[in-house]
Amino acid sequence: MKSWLYLIVCSLPIFSVSALAVSDVPPKGRISSYELMSLENRAMQDDPNLNPAMFWVMDGQSLWNLKSGQNSVACASCHGESGKKMRGVATQFPKMVNNKLQTLEGQINQCRVGRQNAPALAYENKDLLALTAFVSSQSKGLPITVHETAQNRMDLKQGRQWFYERMGQLNLSCAQCHEDRAGLKLGGSVIPQAHPTAYPIYRLEWQTLGSLQRRLRNCMSGVRAKQFEYGSLEMAQLELFLMWRARGMLLESPGIRP
Amino acid sequence: MSKTSHTKITMPNMAKKGEILEIRAIAQHDMETGFRYGDDGKMIPRDIIRFFSCSYNGVEVFKMDLYPGMGANPLIVFTTVATETGTLEFKWSGDNGYEAIDQSSITVS
Amino acid sequence: MNTRLEESKNMNNARRNWLTACGLLGVYSWLNPLLALAKKPEAMEAIAKIVGNNSVNDGKVKLTIPPLIENGNLVALKVSVQSPMTATDYVAAIYVIAEGNPLPNIFTAYLTARSGTANISTRVRLADSQRVWAIAQMSDGSFWRDHADTMVTLSACTEMP
Repeated sequence: MKSWLYLIVCSLPIFSVSALAVSDVPPKGRISSYELMSLENRAMQDDPNLNPAMFWVMDGQSLWNLKSGQNSVACASCHGESGKKMRGVATQFPKMVNNKLQTLEGQINQCRVGRQNAPALAYENKDLLALTAFVSSQSKGLPITVHETAQNRMDLKQGRQWFYERMGQLNLSCAQCHEDRAGLKLGGSVIPQAHPTAYPIYRLEWQTLGSLQRRLRNCMSGVRAKQFEYGSLEMAQLELFLMWRARGMLLESPGIRP
Repeated sequence: MSKTSHTKITMPNMAKKGEILEIRAIAQHDMETGFRYGDDGKMIPRDIIRFFSCSYNGVEVFKMDLYPGMGANPLIVFTTVATETGTLEFKWSGDNGYEAIDQSSITVS
Repeated sequence: MNTRLEESKNMNNARRNWLTACGLLGVYSWLNPLLALAKKPEAMEAIAKIVGNNSVNDGKVKLTIPPLIENGNLVALKVSVQSPMTATDYVAAIYVIAEGNPLPNIFTAYLTARSGTANISTRVRLADSQRVWAIAQMSDGSFWRDHADTMVTLSACTEMP
């Protein structure tokens, strides 16, 4: 009896490893939705003089240097005026900070509340978007470095589950479109692999800058599912999984998307 | 009551006399068309940039009327001839007292 | 005094006539979509206002917009007009009119002999698949035009706030 139990226990890691393999797009096969855009839209993203998202980066730079909150300190007071010290930061999020899964927006809010004694900003608030855009733009061109660690393993697993779970009245999972049918067409558009390489993005549909969580809520409403709340743990877990899935891909922030 | 916003001018700062300068002017503005409905079901009122002009050492060399069909954060790319060293001044104006001014210097040899 | 059977037959006939009339109306408006597109006459009116009694020539103007557009909120548009751009022969104004937008005028650019070229690039809103016109007015008062047709697709996943 002990021998078959031993066999099962030993094979469990194989199952979990193969589960990892099933949900992973091989590095060579990862395509950013940048490639699916028209030449005009790509030019808009690449040229900072044409990219409307740069206005938010400029606003972010002003906010970075603004003394805020009851403690009257600026981000620059700790992190430097130019923001260059933020290089490489956006590529690591979401990550575990003090045993809590934190998104980039969450971390910015954490600094505001903890260090500046200023109120946290709501998702899609203009100032939060500006700060996120400013910090993310410092990592433009760098590879995403979100990896599985002992600390984030449980959250990553849950995030993977969200990706593969059917949801909504249309009863579709993210994977059914963005993995099984990536490259095929839905309506007039090509289905992307859905790697979050360019966030926050200036989405032409929104005519403004928006976060990954806003885009994910759109996806959920698209399948008529109850949307995850902004700043919720589920959102962070799904973000974690998506960034892990896109690891190694270069960050394009701030991006343009149709 | 005037609102202002970021603007950005991209053009060369040095040129030979007679050379054609390409100028890119972009302004941060939502350009609310007046055809959208808000969450409350009411139509959001029109609020756009109406007018843009470029003056070269005080002489107007280009101007443009903008209508609700212009995109948000409007970009205008146009040209002018480098005639003399000096300053180009760019003005935007629009609904609800919107005004923005930007400048760029040019050295013409 | 009709019997009940005759009365119900009359009612049925009346109903049938009414339904036929509705059906014909439906078919008619399907066949005659111009009735639905009230915007094209507005566009033509706007152009007539610009041009007045003058004739408009085809040529000299090149209007470029992508033939297939992913999102109509921000579309790259370029107008180029051939002209020597000298003090005596230059492009005075460029008008861009859209046939399928709620308002026909998109922008009017006023150039001068100091403009160097008559090339304007910008980003516009296009509400739907449509024809867009560019009309150039020369310093000698003549009008020239070009048009471009485009298809605007909509995103597949609808958005709820």
